[in-house]
Amino acid sequence: MGAIIEKIITTDEIKTDEYLVNIGPQHPSTHGVLRLLTKLEGEIVHNVEPHIGYIHSGIEKMTEALSYPQIVHLTDRMDYFSSSMNNEAVCLCVENALQIEVPERVKYIRTIFSELQRLASHQLWWCASGMDLGALTAFFYGLRDREDILDILEETCGARLTLNYIVPGGVMFDIHPNFQKNVKAFITKFRKKLPEYDKLLTDNIIFQNRTKGVGVLSREDAIAFGVTGPTGRASGFSCDVRKHHPYSAYPYIKFDEKLGTDGDSFMRWKVRMNEMWESMNIIEQLIDNIPEGDFALKMKGVIKLPEGEFYQRVESARGEFGVYIVSDGKKNPYRVKFRSPGFSNLFTINHITKGWKIADLVAIMATFDLVIPDIDR
Amino acid sequence: MAFEKYDFTPITQSIHQALIENISPLLATVIEWTIIGVLYLLFIALFGLLLVYAERKVCAAFQQRLGPMRVGPWGLLQTIADFIKLLMKELITPKSIDKFLYNLAPFIVIIVPFLTISVIPFAPGLQALDFDIGIFFVTAVSSIGVIGVLLAGWASNNKYSLIGGMRSGAQIVSYELSVGMSLITMVILAGTMQVSEIVELQRGGWFLFKGHIPAFIAFTVFVIAGTAETNRGPFDLAEAESELTAGFHTEYSGIKFAFFFLAEYINLFIVAAMATIVFLGGWMPFHFGDWTTFNNAMDFIPGLVWFFMKVFGIIFLIMWFKWTFPRLRIDQILTLEWKYLLPINLFNILLMATMVLLGWHW
Amino acid sequence: MTNEQLIEQLSSAYPDAVVKQGSQYPEILIPHDKMHTFMQKLKSDSAFAFDYLVCQSGVDYPAFIQVVYHLESTTHKHFLVVKTNTADRETPALDTVADIWPTAEFHEDEIFDLLGITFNNHPHLRRLFLDENWGFPLRKDYKDDIHVVER
Repeated sequence: MGAIIEKIITTDEIKTDEYLVNIGPQHPSTHGVLRLLTKLEGEIVHNVEPHIGYIHSGIEKMTEALSYPQIVHLTDRMDYFSSSMNNEAVCLCVENALQIEVPERVKYIRTIFSELQRLASHQLWWCASGMDLGALTAFFYGLRDREDILDILEETCGARLTLNYIVPGGVMFDIHPNFQKNVKAFITKFRKKLPEYDKLLTDNIIFQNRTKGVGVLSREDAIAFGVTGPTGRASGFSCDVRKHHPYSAYPYIKFDEKLGTDGDSFMRWKVRMNEMWESMNIIEQLIDNIPEGDFALKMKGVIKLPEGEFYQRVESARGEFGVYIVSDGKKNPYRVKFRSPGFSNLFTINHITKGWKIADLVAIMATFDLVIPDIDR
Repeated sequence: MAFEKYDFTPITQSIHQALIENISPLLATVIEWTIIGVLYLLFIALFGLLLVYAERKVCAAFQQRLGPMRVGPWGLLQTIADFIKLLMKELITPKSIDKFLYNLAPFIVIIVPFLTISVIPFAPGLQALDFDIGIFFVTAVSSIGVIGVLLAGWASNNKYSLIGGMRSGAQIVSYELSVGMSLITMVILAGTMQVSEIVELQRGGWFLFKGHIPAFIAFTVFVIAGTAETNRGPFDLAEAESELTAGFHTEYSGIKFAFFFLAEYINLFIVAAMATIVFLGGWMPFHFGDWTTFNNAMDFIPGLVWFFMKVFGIIFLIMWFKWTFPRLRIDQILTLEWKYLLPINLFNILLMATMVLLGWHW
Repeated sequence: MTNEQLIEQLSSAYPDAVVKQGSQYPEILIPHDKMHTFMQKLKSDSAFAFDYLVCQSGVDYPAFIQVVYHLESTTHKHFLVVKTNTADRETPALDTVADIWPTAEFHEDEIFDLLGITFNNHPHLRRLFLDENWGFPLRKDYKDDIHVVER
């Protein structure tokens, strides 16, 4: 009997095994082809290693053989939910390098389109995140309202997602005659719908339990990891390019940059919901005041940038999107580098998920709003 | 009482008499069992299909779309088409599984609903087994379902299924406590565990109203715990598609998967049926004390119709939860049970016992 | 600090670095052996305080491979472009800055993957997008008969 009692085992000595689990590349909640090699112990996550490259298409290499308007066309496909913002980045870079000033009408139109796409992107984020967390109905509500925005975009540009509307020198065609009326009608309607979204998810106690305190990213970490966009702002990092380095029509309008304090998933959620309100405010300030004028400058047939290096940044729906062009004076660039927001955001996941559970990893991925082609280019 | 003309007892008795007079008693009993078994098989099959269709339509209504519309008028034949498809699918069995347990698990899971349905009174006189410990029998038998889930997770030889099976098993075992205790609360009010007696006692008013506060608390707890026990609604982490594949039944295909799928919906029916019997009066029409004219008016609707109306009401409520709320994490699910529902239940039992002793109920 | 002040301070502190005003921002070209200490100083010195590494890119030139760092300070709001060249193109190697800015760890993985520069003291250098034995596509002399069509 004594011999048996001697060997009382405490739980510290019982070694549980760590095991590796692949989440992805095909998985409903990784928002694209992303493979997360997760080292788990029971339910607790010890290490997350993202493996990317499944959708790497060599866009940066391709740009070395293309002309500048053709590069704009490629940027549509990188972060396809903010395609006008990507287009705008390259066009602004080219225009600043050539030191030409686009007409005021163009600036207003570009900003309105960027904000409309930001709204559409955040709505898709909202519904896909709701679906990841289990509220499957949220998916349909978000898509229903997004359809209205896409109809407006299609009327003018001809495309719903990859707009390819903003070109160096201006925009491709003038806005549709119904554009202003439709946008105003949509905003009136959406202002009533957005509180419904809040009631469905943000105020729901199950949802708050899933996201409050989960995956905290401190401000120092956000700056050190280069996390921008709503994810960075939720941690207190004031990084809105529209505020710090305004471009297009942003100097003419007033809007707030909401900064969070906690940096947890709930704060990231709220910051993005708030951005939808701000986008609507921005559009309302601009939509009635579009100045008359040309919708594009007459550019040369072949655009050649002067020798030198140019960096342009815009605020896409996911964060700071940067274009770095090295030009040697020819009609194709020497090197183009795209600073994608998702790239920096993705690799913080390992840092903030340590010690949480698999279900929390899904919640964190949902609030990070990653688009994988943006990361892979 | 007007509903006595809807009583099924004369029909069942006449069949019984006819059999006893013409054939030996043993054979008569066996034939009776066969008839009941076949009827229940048909009921479960049809009801399962109906519930799957109802879920799809209800889900579509919440999501502002139409749901199945093409196969048959209003999509009524959709589930039958799905079922035929499942039957015709190739049974892919992985190589390194534990064959006996792998094949046993779906059967365990589907047998449990059969056993439980046998004590449910669908209408006066339409009840297969009438023990004097009916409620106890139900709670005991429904616990067997856990074994099927755990076996499925283990025998699949797949770490995702194992995680899913363990999670499901922990969840089901925890919430059985709450289910059992809310039923016990109502047993205290009724004073008997015999199911037909419980329904009879609600002739003057349903227990939900007779027992007011503790009955209402017990009802809420029962519905929450019942949803959790059937792995549905906000508690379906174990089979959440957006997490690790499909949980414990990942490796099952074809008819075996159909068993798990069907068993989930029949369990939903059982939870709703138990809630109806114990809280909402079973097949008893909505009577209000001594208002005879009102009661007689209510009696015109047959007991069978009342029963199914109430069951569908509760099923609709449970489906409503699933399509509105996000999912809880597994540790939050277990915290909810052990730290919140269990103390509430215990307190409620005390409250109900005090009430019954002091006679503070209708 | 304004661009002029930055240029002045940097050129006085580092005489062997080439500092000039580029098309948009001040640019400094620093020799690769002094790069790491220089970057350390840029981050820790409170007058500079470059705590946000915006972008790190590799550019292939005929004689060397250049790595370009775009740095910004969140407190002083000034911007600087730092460039450093590898010694040669056959075995390009540079010191890592992942210990200074954690985001550099993955930008350097990408540069290693696409251009072939190895970074010394990198925590875990791995190829991000491509297979282990793929070439280095962003180099100008990359030849791939199957995947790249030459006009």
